[in-house]
Amino acid sequence: MPAKVNLPDPASITEELINKYPAKVAKKRRKSIVANDPDTIPEVQANVRTVPGIITQRGCSYAGCKGVVLGPTRDIVNIVHGPIGCSFYAWLTRRNQTRPETPEHENYITYCFSTDMQEEHVVFGGEKKLKVAIQEAYDLFHPKAIAIFSTCPVGLIGDDVHAVSREMKEKLGDCNVFGFSCEGYRGVSQSAGHHIANNGVFKHMVGNNNEIKPGKFKINLLGEYNIGGDAFEIERLLEKSGITLIASFSGNSTVGAMENAHTADLNIVQCHRSINYMGDMMETKYGIPWMKVNFVGVESTAKSLRKIAEYFGDAELKAKVEEVIAEEMPAVKEIIEEIRPRTEGKTAMLFVGGSRAHHYQDLFNELGMTTLSAGYEFAHRDDYEGREVLPNIKIDADSKNIEELKVTADPELYNPRKSPEEIEELKAKGLEMNGYTGMMKQMVHKSLVIDDVSHYESEKLIEIYKPDIFCAGIKKKYVVQKMGVPLKQLHSYDYGGPYTGFKGAVNFYKDIDRMVNNPVWKMIKAPWEKAESESLEASYVA
Amino acid sequence: MLLRHTSKEVKEREGLTINPAKTCQPIGAMYAALGIHGCLPHSHGSQGCCSYHRSTLTRHYKEPVMAATSSFTEGASVFGGQANLLSAIETIFSVYDPEVIAVHSTCLSETIGDDLQQITKKASDDGKIPEGKYVIYASTPSFVGSHVTGYANMVVGMTEQFAVSTGEKNDKVNIIAGWMEPSDMREIKSLASRLGVKIVLFPDTSDVLDAPQTGKHEFYPKGGITIDELKTVGDSKSSIAVGCITAEPAAVALDKKCKVPFETVDMPIGLSATDRFIMALSKAGGVEVPAELTAERGRLVDVMADMEQYFYGKKVALFGDPDQLMPLTEFLLDLGMVPKHIVSGTPGLRFEKRMKEILERAPGANFKNGPQADMFLMHQWIKNEPVDLLIGNTYGKYIARDEDIPFVRFGFPILDRIGHSYFPNIGYAGSLRLVEKILGVLMDQQDRTALEEKFELVM
Repeated sequence: MPAKVNLPDPASITEELINKYPAKVAKKRRKSIVANDPDTIPEVQANVRTVPGIITQRGCSYAGCKGVVLGPTRDIVNIVHGPIGCSFYAWLTRRNQTRPETPEHENYITYCFSTDMQEEHVVFGGEKKLKVAIQEAYDLFHPKAIAIFSTCPVGLIGDDVHAVSREMKEKLGDCNVFGFSCEGYRGVSQSAGHHIANNGVFKHMVGNNNEIKPGKFKINLLGEYNIGGDAFEIERLLEKSGITLIASFSGNSTVGAMENAHTADLNIVQCHRSINYMGDMMETKYGIPWMKVNFVGVESTAKSLRKIAEYFGDAELKAKVEEVIAEEMPAVKEIIEEIRPRTEGKTAMLFVGGSRAHHYQDLFNELGMTTLSAGYEFAHRDDYEGREVLPNIKIDADSKNIEELKVTADPELYNPRKSPEEIEELKAKGLEMNGYTGMMKQMVHKSLVIDDVSHYESEKLIEIYKPDIFCAGIKKKYVVQKMGVPLKQLHSYDYGGPYTGFKGAVNFYKDIDRMVNNPVWKMIKAPWEKAESESLEASYVA
Repeated sequence: MLLRHTSKEVKEREGLTINPAKTCQPIGAMYAALGIHGCLPHSHGSQGCCSYHRSTLTRHYKEPVMAATSSFTEGASVFGGQANLLSAIETIFSVYDPEVIAVHSTCLSETIGDDLQQITKKASDDGKIPEGKYVIYASTPSFVGSHVTGYANMVVGMTEQFAVSTGEKNDKVNIIAGWMEPSDMREIKSLASRLGVKIVLFPDTSDVLDAPQTGKHEFYPKGGITIDELKTVGDSKSSIAVGCITAEPAAVALDKKCKVPFETVDMPIGLSATDRFIMALSKAGGVEVPAELTAERGRLVDVMADMEQYFYGKKVALFGDPDQLMPLTEFLLDLGMVPKHIVSGTPGLRFEKRMKEILERAPGANFKNGPQADMFLMHQWIKNEPVDLLIGNTYGKYIARDEDIPFVRFGFPILDRIGHSYFPNIGYAGSLRLVEKILGVLMDQQDRTALEEKFELVM
């Protein structure tokens, strides 16, 4: 838990945040802004439509499906069926790193594929062009898999990407072709696309390869996309601990690994929001339990490794994990001891992603910094309040249009890795099996939790709280910095990273130290402007 | 080898575009709209479009890019987006208080047939547009044209919807800026002032997308043409459209509406195109070219002559947007270089025709535009006939690295460098900077690859 700090009264701040909105908008926004109480978690409105006209940080379903989940897999040819823009904007902009086994192995991440729909295809239908595109991609690259992503006009004109995919899969013979109905207008944010992606990957990939790979402790890493090399660091720690990684979904991953994922004995979930569906579906169909982990933060990393060892219950593994932690810690300690005096007592705000705003609070705690306010762009209530609220979340029209797969136990492959009794035992030991407590329990009393923060609200927050650092994405970066506050991008990491694991934590400590203590923030006023502003500032702070 | 799966054998493609040398219309409309003072661009479609466009513009300019969205979900896609846009207009005026909202459509709202003219009229009839405030619009479906035509459409929109003619002409010349950087627009204003020509420049993104750090975020930075100025462009004595693809359509629209005669010139990139621009400006303003500008021109020619051995005969591959590619190709020829492979995703017969004329001086050059005129094809051409220099946007860096080709970043978007929006790329000054950049990468390559005994101190 972070240090106890006294925060200003959140109620009056909430009023200030919404008082400029038209009445209806204010009424709606009020429900998404809540004062936190870690002991009695309040309800927060989440995963509801953004009010038209509000400047939001959110993206669309396609961005979640292609951009987030499928994009990082190196050997799938991802064809975007639609006008050129959608494919162009997702081209290499998420920093998913990947490392093919050899230079000859497939890596299509650097390529951008589109059917480049023209007016005639919108009028007369684009299925024919899509078929030609699939054939051309196959002839040029002979990939193991081709995925098709539907963009807005495709859904409206009724092109059936699934039928086209089935037809082409049959025709090509040795290439898995599958489609996603991830049109941008589905759902209320990129979160809808994550769900659609999970369904597609589960239906078309997982379970295709039954080969049992060697390894005593086999796991899958879910919800890790290897931005800035995060997955590389997690892979290093797992390997060092003697844990075998069957598949990552989907950072630094391959089609083959995902097809074989059902042979693992545990799923660990990093980004809950983007992939919790997959954990549940694999449990139901194959009997693989899942647990939430967090490799962001030194304590969280150590805890996550220990949780995996506890799950397998193997004395040797537990000892190995302790050995790894003991080996890694001194280097971290040395750095944190040097840096912490310069960051201690500083404050942060995080408005990013659907798990990152939670995970990165661990790193800020380690720096002695307090999170004043945080929220997600595209989360659901369970990400804030914990998974136990799932039965109480009402399903609205925007969630209903996303397919819910009916998953049942596989007659041949279902094999419960742990009996219900064993699961209860693990839970009794403090292991949160198939659960997630959410962000709010970790945040201090009276901190503000805000879902889908708007541009207007975030500027107000900065004016009121004057945080030492603000975390968000690229669209916010220069806005916040113009206000004299450094902004740390937690989607692209400001082109740094990795930030996971022990080595990643060190990277993050150094970056935050550099950002909050950078001399440039003191140079904003010209010397001839300073005399006047200093007296003003003094009265302002007091 | 990041693009190691690119094959040398070129096969005609009809369905698949790989590594496009273009993007979609709305981002151009958003950029153009930012060139009006106090304007909030608004994307009429689902959130993703607006998010992607803001992200790309932000990465290119490293500046805040504000824009709102109609946030379509499935309901709006089925029943039409009118309710979303009307409620957006209301919210925007009460929360962000812009002078004008510039709405552009997306492929989503175009496919369902939303009529922006009708919806904005309804907004006005319903009293949702406050007194003295405006909502303008442009139709920018993503399945037509490219980002370049989206820019042109929004400039047409601002011209048609603001320009009025009082019947009395003034002594000003409109300069309609094609898609160029804020630094370029600043350079145009500087050139006009040095010539002594009174101009109205629009759109004008200088002081909007290169705003200073002040410790305060200005939601509407000080730059941009004001609406009052924009209203007067119908009374100007003439217009110069800088760029036949991105600027001329607005000049045509203005001539139609307010009888303002116009001349179209190439974007002043390189020596010849800048010469033509300066002559057009001096003619339109009825002024002589001052000696100072002739001297500036002379300095550019001097460097071109002094360094000719590094340019002559060098083969170049380039990709980008029509209004930039045409004068850039001409400039490479003026430098004695050989434009070898050129692609542009932007379709258009006029562009094709003009490029063919320019390339008469470069026999054997490959040129293609429109769908499938992509960077994959250009890379294949390069594999078949290597080049000494690559010029294009940031995405070119993958080809440059794979093939070890000196690379100059030029065009949109540039995501991994700064400078493009701060230093002019046009006029004699911009051309001199371009020459310096080309020389820099060519000489770096020579230094890096020279045998020890051939490693020169003086070059």
